[in-house]
Amino acid sequence: MYLDNERRPTLTPQLAFRVAVIGGVALVMFALVFFRLWYLQVLSGDKYEAQAQNNRVREIKVQAPRGEIVDRHGQPLVENRHSLSIKLTPDKLPEDLGTREQVYRRLAKLLNLNPRRFEKRVEGELKAVPFAKPTVKQDVSQDIVAYVLERSSQFPGVEPESEFLRRYPYGQVGAHLFGQVGEVTEKQLKDQRYNGVSLGDRVGQAGIESEYDRFLRGRNGAARVEVDALGNLTNTLKRHQPLQGKQLRLSLDLDVQRVAQQALEGGTGKGAFAVMDANNGEVLALGSEPSFDPNIFTRPLSQKRLDALSSDEFGKPLFNRAIQGGYPTGSTFKLITATAALESGHITPDTLLNDPGVLKVGGQEFKNSGNVAHGALALREALTVSSDVFFYQLGQYMDEKGMPLQKWGHRLGIGRRTGIDLPGEAPGRLPTPQWRDRWYKQGLTDRPWSVGDNINLSVGQGDLLANPLQMAVAYAAIANGGRVLRPRLGLRIEDASGQAIQQLDAPTARRLKIPQADRDAILEGLHGAASAPGGTSTPVFAGFPIPIAGKTGTAEHIGRPDQSWYVALAPYPNPKYVVAVTDEAGGFGADTAAPMTRRILAELLDVHETGLVQGGGSPD
Amino acid sequence: MHASTTAVRDFRDSRAHFLRIDPLMLVATLGLIAASIYTVGTATQDDIKGDPNYFVYRQAAYAAVGFVLMLLMTRFDYSRLREWKLGVYTVLIGSIVLVYMLGFSARGSRRAIELPFFNFQASELGKLLLIVALAGFAVDRIRRLTDGETTSRLALLAVIPAMLVVAQPDLGSGLVYLAVLGAILFIAGTPWTHFAALGGLAAIAIVVVLVAAPAVGVEVLKPYQKDRLTAFLNPGEHGGKEAYQINQSLTAIGSGGKTGRGDQATQTKLDFLPEHHTDFVFSVVGEEFGFVGAALVLSLFALLIWRALRTLTMAKNFYGALVAGGITAMLMFQVFVNVGMTISIMPITGIPLPLMSYGGSSVITTLMAIGLLQSIHAQARETAAGKRL
Repeated sequence: MYLDNERRPTLTPQLAFRVAVIGGVALVMFALVFFRLWYLQVLSGDKYEAQAQNNRVREIKVQAPRGEIVDRHGQPLVENRHSLSIKLTPDKLPEDLGTREQVYRRLAKLLNLNPRRFEKRVEGELKAVPFAKPTVKQDVSQDIVAYVLERSSQFPGVEPESEFLRRYPYGQVGAHLFGQVGEVTEKQLKDQRYNGVSLGDRVGQAGIESEYDRFLRGRNGAARVEVDALGNLTNTLKRHQPLQGKQLRLSLDLDVQRVAQQALEGGTGKGAFAVMDANNGEVLALGSEPSFDPNIFTRPLSQKRLDALSSDEFGKPLFNRAIQGGYPTGSTFKLITATAALESGHITPDTLLNDPGVLKVGGQEFKNSGNVAHGALALREALTVSSDVFFYQLGQYMDEKGMPLQKWGHRLGIGRRTGIDLPGEAPGRLPTPQWRDRWYKQGLTDRPWSVGDNINLSVGQGDLLANPLQMAVAYAAIANGGRVLRPRLGLRIEDASGQAIQQLDAPTARRLKIPQADRDAILEGLHGAASAPGGTSTPVFAGFPIPIAGKTGTAEHIGRPDQSWYVALAPYPNPKYVVAVTDEAGGFGADTAAPMTRRILAELLDVHETGLVQGGGSPD
Repeated sequence: MHASTTAVRDFRDSRAHFLRIDPLMLVATLGLIAASIYTVGTATQDDIKGDPNYFVYRQAAYAAVGFVLMLLMTRFDYSRLREWKLGVYTVLIGSIVLVYMLGFSARGSRRAIELPFFNFQASELGKLLLIVALAGFAVDRIRRLTDGETTSRLALLAVIPAMLVVAQPDLGSGLVYLAVLGAILFIAGTPWTHFAALGGLAAIAIVVVLVAAPAVGVEVLKPYQKDRLTAFLNPGEHGGKEAYQINQSLTAIGSGGKTGRGDQATQTKLDFLPEHHTDFVFSVVGEEFGFVGAALVLSLFALLIWRALRTLTMAKNFYGALVAGGITAMLMFQVFVNVGMTISIMPITGIPLPLMSYGGSSVITTLMAIGLLQSIHAQARETAAGKRL
């Protein structure tokens, strides 16, 4: 302790101790700081270095336009259009909900949206996928983009983005084939097929867009830029130009497709068609009625309109009846019954069977439609006049060990997917004793298999479910010497100028051994049906300059109008094309489906027709 | 008061006097000033468009003014200040209140008085004024230093200005005042029991301010102040601005590695690091010059604090020892709280790094304080030399 302030003090032990305490505290603190710095800078330096890089470098994705889709002549079917949209960037939005709501309100007012619904939707999307950038509105004007950019402080986290959207210049034409493009799902990201795709990218989600996605999708460009703390760009470090996806050329013929859709529109409102090259499986037209304009999917769509597109009330426009439908095919099935009977040895082309107008089996009567009696006839004539009783008898004979009708039906592609390059195909159903008995055991039907089921099947009635594409494949097989083709739409991959990059291989066909004499007999019968006196569709094709072979079909539905079918092979005798058409409520095959087929064939074979095609002919 | 006149007479030989200052302390001071000008210079090149040297010129000017004042202080007989303690204390309280009143008209900021070239931050100079005054009051009661009354009087004298600056709001300076109080009491020989009692009171105050008062609806601290104080505990989980600052500071320092990123110090250059020329200047040192640079700056501070403590032990009189103790505490507290903040072992309190952080009030005050230390040192050696003669 100092005794006198004026003198030089001696360092008392207490003061010395206290100074030592202060020195000790300083020592401990310096040690602490040094150790911490050692840990941060020397031991964790790399980690923080990476973090600093991460801070300053941003990857900006530049969306690549998808490849276009063109028809076999190079006509564009699916194009790209440039669109400005307003999006939200979650990590730049205000964290506090109140402030965020203010931004939403401002945006809703600017974009003319219902503020309540808008907020609910956006907040929902933010919660569901935390890193996604929810789209506020697509296709906004340049003015709105400029407004938002100029007032970025009022719109934190709101960013305009330019993106490519699909455009379908011909609207409804081919609508069922292309499918949509949408943001990649998490499940898809794990799939090998989507290698190189990253979150937020748009990929084909249905139809051809999905089937050929790996060609159609481009490679996104990227810019590595340096930004400062406010997100302002300070430097561009590296830039990859986006690479547009490749162009896909389809076997589709725009004109045939359009005419076919127009023909179907003239029907009862629900139907489908398939037009295929009978020798190589190239699909020239494939469609379903009612149709829709796929352009609506490139804009946000209300749930109500979306529901309407798949509702029964409007005929399920999104449903592709040509490959997903399942119908009894009526007499068009007789081609298969004839093949089965010939190849299982029950008849030769010249075997005569009697048609008294009715076949009685086990107390049940199976009648010709229209109650006519054709008398004794062989296969050709039976096909020409569409004698049911002739084929009933074949069905009855073939209800035997080995079930040749089912065997040949299966071989010709009934009850199984054709393998066309479109997702979502339905196999349909070829009824068999095993199937029916199983259903019976499970209580799904009231009785087991009986011979009557086979008799019904022989004329395309009963439990059979098939679609126009399956029928086209079966008819083509008889016409082309026994090759069951796998239909295909994709022809080749091209660059933007149409130069081929890669031919898509024609899929292999299954070969069936069917003697030429048998095939000729069937084709002659079908040719007669469209040309000979008494042929079921002879009146429809009267005056048509190119000979064809064709078969009408009328499928009966309980409590509903009959379904009209027609399958044609043209030109006869060396068919190049097969056309299968059905109208769900068109009545006799000759009434609706056959005239539609004539219109399609006229376009296909370049026949200029004057005047309206009249339906009509004998029942089948 | 004849003794002090003798002292003044002795100092007429100024060359002899300057030889008695502490050269190591001077080296540390000059080294830190140089480091500050260099660091502030590189950190603020792009801050003001078209004027890359805005901050560095100003910092150099402040350092020059401060250096002159430091030299003047060195030659000044610090014992005079003891006599002026009441005046000094009045200036201390008056300047803080003045800032309070004038600040209202100056865009809501109540920390500084705007002068033509410089914002005068009264609370910075107040740190030194409080040391000088408080040491004087302590010496007055030299024979009753262990009385409870002495302790409580001194505590009250320090708590009044501390509360005033906390209300400005300048929490950091308030804490420095309390640190200064603790150091002066400690050097004065206040019994441990008194420290225990003061510690208890402080604990109660903290509980009241942080827990009890908000519970009944009285917010003593602004929400941002509370966030700052608690954010360092878990910067990862905190989403707020404070956690952002700490994370950016850690990233800056960590990315500096062993030898620093130099020109590539993007945390600083691209503004990710906030306040990079003021409160977070140490993070800039860490990023640009790495562990080597940070260690060098810390070593200079260690040297400064060592020499300050040594001056304390040499002081020719009790007043000098107390002033040196207060200044030592002021430096130590600011260095550790500021550096600790940048490496996330201390809360954010808005305390500048002495001599390093950009800002005239802080730089000039610190240099004056060091000048006072040099004066204590020089006079002590003079007295010792006189005795030897």
